[in-house]
Amino acid sequence: MSKNYFEILRPGINSTFQDLGRFNQHHIGIPMSGAMDKRNYLIGNKLVGNNNNISAIEFAYQGPLLKLQSSKVIAAITGNVNFKILRVNSKVEEGQCYETFELNDGDQIDIISTNKSVYGYFFINGGFEIESFWKSFSINTMAQIGPNDGIKFGLNQKLFVKNKESKFQKKRIDYLHSKIEFIRVLKGTNFNYFSEEGTNNFFNKEFTVSKLTDRMGMRIEGPKIENIFETNIKSEGLIKGVIQVPGDGNPIIMLSDYGTVGGYPKIAVVISADHDRLTQLNPGSKIKFKLVELNEAENLYKLYEIETKNILNQIR
Amino acid sequence: MIKNITNLGDAAVYCDFGNQIDQETNLNVIKYFKNLKELKIEGITNITPSYNKLIVSFEPSVTNYEKLKNKIIDLKLDNKENQNSKIIKIPICIDEEFSLDIKRLSKELKMKYDQIYNSFFDKEYYCYMTGFIAGMPFLGDTRENIRLNRLETPRVKVPKGSIGITEQFCNIYTYESPGGWNIIGNTPVKIFDKSNQENPALINPGDRVTFYKISKQEYQKYNE
Repeated sequence: MSKNYFEILRPGINSTFQDLGRFNQHHIGIPMSGAMDKRNYLIGNKLVGNNNNISAIEFAYQGPLLKLQSSKVIAAITGNVNFKILRVNSKVEEGQCYETFELNDGDQIDIISTNKSVYGYFFINGGFEIESFWKSFSINTMAQIGPNDGIKFGLNQKLFVKNKESKFQKKRIDYLHSKIEFIRVLKGTNFNYFSEEGTNNFFNKEFTVSKLTDRMGMRIEGPKIENIFETNIKSEGLIKGVIQVPGDGNPIIMLSDYGTVGGYPKIAVVISADHDRLTQLNPGSKIKFKLVELNEAENLYKLYEIETKNILNQIR
Repeated sequence: MIKNITNLGDAAVYCDFGNQIDQETNLNVIKYFKNLKELKIEGITNITPSYNKLIVSFEPSVTNYEKLKNKIIDLKLDNKENQNSKIIKIPICIDEEFSLDIKRLSKELKMKYDQIYNSFFDKEYYCYMTGFIAGMPFLGDTRENIRLNRLETPRVKVPKGSIGITEQFCNIYTYESPGGWNIIGNTPVKIFDKSNQENPALINPGDRVTFYKISKQEYQKYNE
């Protein structure tokens, strides 16, 4: 193991390692996990010259304060994040997202907060010295699997880095987060369990993201969605984006660490192209849903993929 | 066989095997699950069997609903079903410390504790699915005389190892978690063992499970 590491001087609220997720384990109750905002994950790895399988540190709201005990590393942060670099000579630099910077022995990086969003990502060239679990570096804190014994970061821990010799080259992109107007959805498999008034409310009224929101799911508040058929179904599989409505009429949107089966009726499913934007909605944000058809959703995902590729191609 | 196929969002195929919840239906679900899994079809990210549904999720940049749906419809099923199924014996301690809801069951079902436990232990159970939390088995069917709905207000924390019953089903809490099932005992056995990366879940869909009673002393010594 390398002797080079970051010391955690403040762990942040929910700081974990994440990558593109853990596949094919639903049948034993393990969800996909992985970076909540996939595009920002891909951009960061490209900036620091990593492939897509090298895990990043994901943080929520408040990120960690880290002190480097190592020879220099090349790093980047993506998301909408306030951060500072505290140089070993006491100089303080304002951090800029979407551009690479160098950290030297003794430097600290203080990831203060995410702005009007939830998740941000910290990357280093070469990645961290961690072991994969079922072919993924994602931490799943529910099942306690993944690196770091499957738990979120704690105080004074050491995060060992893989030092990769590479010459620093400034890389940056201009990336604007697209403004969100609607979260687009497809009808769920139990759409007709709900009253006409209920589904009308769902598509025409505004909902607010509640504080009960984490990597597992997002509870939203608004008009109650009335069920006129059956408030429980026999438990069946879930995926990210499914919107379940329990008996109390308040929808729950499944996010990356969802329970793999669930027994509440599914009113709708968020289209894949809108997952990144959805996960970045912080408590208090307003949501309006818009119904689309499957072929539209498929085209919107193609568009999302092309946009992502274009952004990544700007980084050279 | 599959009664209806539809999409669940833009990244999953939803296969409905009918409304019937029984072993025959579930064995079909598992047969499809195992056959599909073996094919390693490009783009599939997960296959999720449950009582009477199979959800096949996929990466929409690699494949799509229509293509995958046709592959599932055209699937040639290998009939060597469930050759890997096991029979697993699980010890349970029913000391009052662990049987959190036996009082409620006794009152609601108008049965003595012994009668409830006799009905419970005198049965082989079938594993319909594993999930919700890692390794949690959904077993059935319990005898009709001990069936009861879940708690009106779920517990915030159900202890790890708890055995719960509700309706015709029985499960084992592999982690401390929220839950509303009627708790009748606790097992010292590690039902989900992450250190066994090859086969972390002790009980898998299609397996059969019987329970036997152990004393509190045996429970405490079990993992020594």
